[in-house]
Amino acid sequence: MDAALLIHRLQFAFTVTYHYLFPQLTMGLAPLIVLLKTLALRTGDQNYDKAARFWAKIFGINFVVGVVTGIPLEFQFGTNWSHFSRFAGGVIGQTLAMEGLFAFFLESTFLGLFLYGEKRLTPKQHWFAALMVSLGSWLSGYFIVATDAWMQHPVGYVHDVHGSVQLTSFWQLVLNPWALWQYAHNMSGAVITGTFVMSAVGAFYALEKKHVEQGRIFVRVGVVTGLIFSLLQLFPTGDESGRMVARHQPVTLAAMEALWNTQPGAPLVILGQPNPAEQKIDNPIVIPKMLSFLTWRQWAAEVKGLNSFPQEDWPPNVPLVYYSYHIMVGLGTVFIAVTALAALLLLGRKLYDARWMLWVLLLMFPFPYIANTAGWMTAEIGRQPWLVYGVMRTSEGYSKMVSAGNGWFTFLGFAGMYTILSALFLFLVLREIEHGPEPVGAGPTVPADASASLAEVR
Amino acid sequence: MLTLWFMIVAVMIAAYVLLDGFDLGAGAVHMFIARTNEERRSVIRAIGPVWDGNEVWLLAAGGTLYFAFPLLYASAFSGFYLPLTMVLWLIMLRGIGIEFRVHIDNSLWQGFFDVIFSISSILLAIFFGAALGNVVRGVPLNAEGYFFEPLWTNWRVGTENGILDWYTVLCGVIALVTLVVHGSLYLATKTEGELNTRTRKAASLLWPVQVLLTIISLIATLYVRPGILANYQTWPIGYLVPLLVAVSLLYLIFALRKQNDKGAFLASCGYIAGMLVGLVFAVYPMVLPASTDPRYSLTIYNTAAGAHGLTVGLVWWSIGVVIAIAYFVFIYRMFRGKVRFDAGGEHGY
Repeated sequence: MDAALLIHRLQFAFTVTYHYLFPQLTMGLAPLIVLLKTLALRTGDQNYDKAARFWAKIFGINFVVGVVTGIPLEFQFGTNWSHFSRFAGGVIGQTLAMEGLFAFFLESTFLGLFLYGEKRLTPKQHWFAALMVSLGSWLSGYFIVATDAWMQHPVGYVHDVHGSVQLTSFWQLVLNPWALWQYAHNMSGAVITGTFVMSAVGAFYALEKKHVEQGRIFVRVGVVTGLIFSLLQLFPTGDESGRMVARHQPVTLAAMEALWNTQPGAPLVILGQPNPAEQKIDNPIVIPKMLSFLTWRQWAAEVKGLNSFPQEDWPPNVPLVYYSYHIMVGLGTVFIAVTALAALLLLGRKLYDARWMLWVLLLMFPFPYIANTAGWMTAEIGRQPWLVYGVMRTSEGYSKMVSAGNGWFTFLGFAGMYTILSALFLFLVLREIEHGPEPVGAGPTVPADASASLAEVR
Repeated sequence: MLTLWFMIVAVMIAAYVLLDGFDLGAGAVHMFIARTNEERRSVIRAIGPVWDGNEVWLLAAGGTLYFAFPLLYASAFSGFYLPLTMVLWLIMLRGIGIEFRVHIDNSLWQGFFDVIFSISSILLAIFFGAALGNVVRGVPLNAEGYFFEPLWTNWRVGTENGILDWYTVLCGVIALVTLVVHGSLYLATKTEGELNTRTRKAASLLWPVQVLLTIISLIATLYVRPGILANYQTWPIGYLVPLLVAVSLLYLIFALRKQNDKGAFLASCGYIAGMLVGLVFAVYPMVLPASTDPRYSLTIYNTAAGAHGLTVGLVWWSIGVVIAIAYFVFIYRMFRGKVRFDAGGEHGY
């Protein structure tokens, strides 16, 4: 690979992967905070209110990092991928501009209200602000997924005389079938991150025997919603996303399964290491005929292998696509098992005493991040060598005027910047978790200098 | 149609400069006018609920530019690769400077973020000014409409341009002074007591500098781009814009003497809007002039997206911008008035 192409890809991959660690929690937590606030309004139970306020703090820190790491992505379309932007801006400029206009304004306005305005609003208005923040972050997610979906499965466009593409159908772009399933799958994945983080913090408090009431709320809400969305992640959203790949990117599907030769009744690989040199899987553990069934709903159906396609159209890194996909699916299965077990214990009122299960819930929180990252890697590395599937190759899209040296300069700068950001983020979040939710009774009505006056009394 | 989108993008950029300009300016003077921790908290609180929304105008303007004039976006962003990436780093530092400061009540922690916030605000103001300077001066475009500029070359205005030369640095300094005045006046409307006195003092001290630099920049621009007044000669109505600039500047100092903070802030808005409109009016329909060969210059005609996309865009853009303005009116009313810690409450969480 050309040195400049390599660094442009590396920088985008790095900045987008790092960025998405934050929005997935933003989008996952936002509806959970709304849920907690709804429960608080409905039941009048102060514990829910305190729980919501605690998560709003984490949300606020997380949101800031999400915003500041998101801005470089829009910029990089121009700075690093200018040939792609010139080529496709007439189409995907639509969704990107709409994100700014419809989602960001909504999100930032109501976030200001939500974080700074609790005392100026009635509880219902504050609930509404939380709902709008949630809606804004989900809308933002849709426009981004729609943009990516167009790159995966371009629709509603035509080539113009200058060799660029132009929009012909707004609704085809916005309602791209690829976008609908990808969005459902992606958002469900984000909620899983939110629920696992929530139940992990709850399990931590339960194990430490601190903030017991709130801790139980976190575990309960986390486990129940976690189970629902882990199931939705597999079916229908994951299943339909997979079939979409099979229909429109059969070569990507072959890479995901490391299937070199076309065969009827193709097996589903559970474990094993792809061996590109010998075009086989080492140490395979497989379910016979399962891939054919999952893809075409027929046990004997033929699934096309990589060798049925010209090698120049293969994803260049087959093992990486295979591993990304298998890590995602494997972890997704683990999520169902863990949440189902925890939900059973919850149902039998044994969860809060089952310390081993609380440990599992605590230790699970990094894995949804890994699964979501692996899922995006499957989609984006699986799309290679295309930048716009079947229309523009990645090697044609980067900024030809920006040299590899300049690319490395900014890449290293981003790496340094994100190291600092990570340290600050972890420090602040761990501090909030250590501090924990306020106990019931202490509210925002207590003046800020209450501790000082208490000290005087003592 | 193309002219309309040109105006829309220009208005969005102007909205960004007016709005984010005051919080950038507030950040730039933060260290100098706010001395006690209480005062610095007031500054942060004055912009806390709105800075993120203000910055969205940059993203929305960028997105709209991308959508309406893809080649301009592609060419300018890749050509200004290094300074734009640095702008990104500064925006990041500034965002965490504002938002992370409040989380820990410790003077070392807060002092650290105060410095980060101030330095990044100052540098951003200079960078944005220099960027505008580049657009006026022209860049070394090639036949495909691309270019790449190093940060600096020989500091002269010629064909071997760098991002920084004497002219663009001058533009950066004007931008800094203008936004410092703008930010100080905004803070004047939001603060009381000694802090309020100091914001006014900062604005009145800088006002003569601002006037002087405005005149110098006009002369310098005429020297760098001799033909820049062509549009004014074709449509003399354009001369109303410099008039607006002059009137705004005069009214600014008048209102400041009368201790009319809101009036002075509005005058500053008028000045900035006038400067930007004057510039946009002068370059139209060119959007990025070439310093190499005038035929390579980018105009609204050779950079625009397809007609269908632009027509569809007009529909959703109109809806979206009305909603966005409604949000802004709402949130500025919500947080109107002076920053007070007892009534307004501490950071909401």
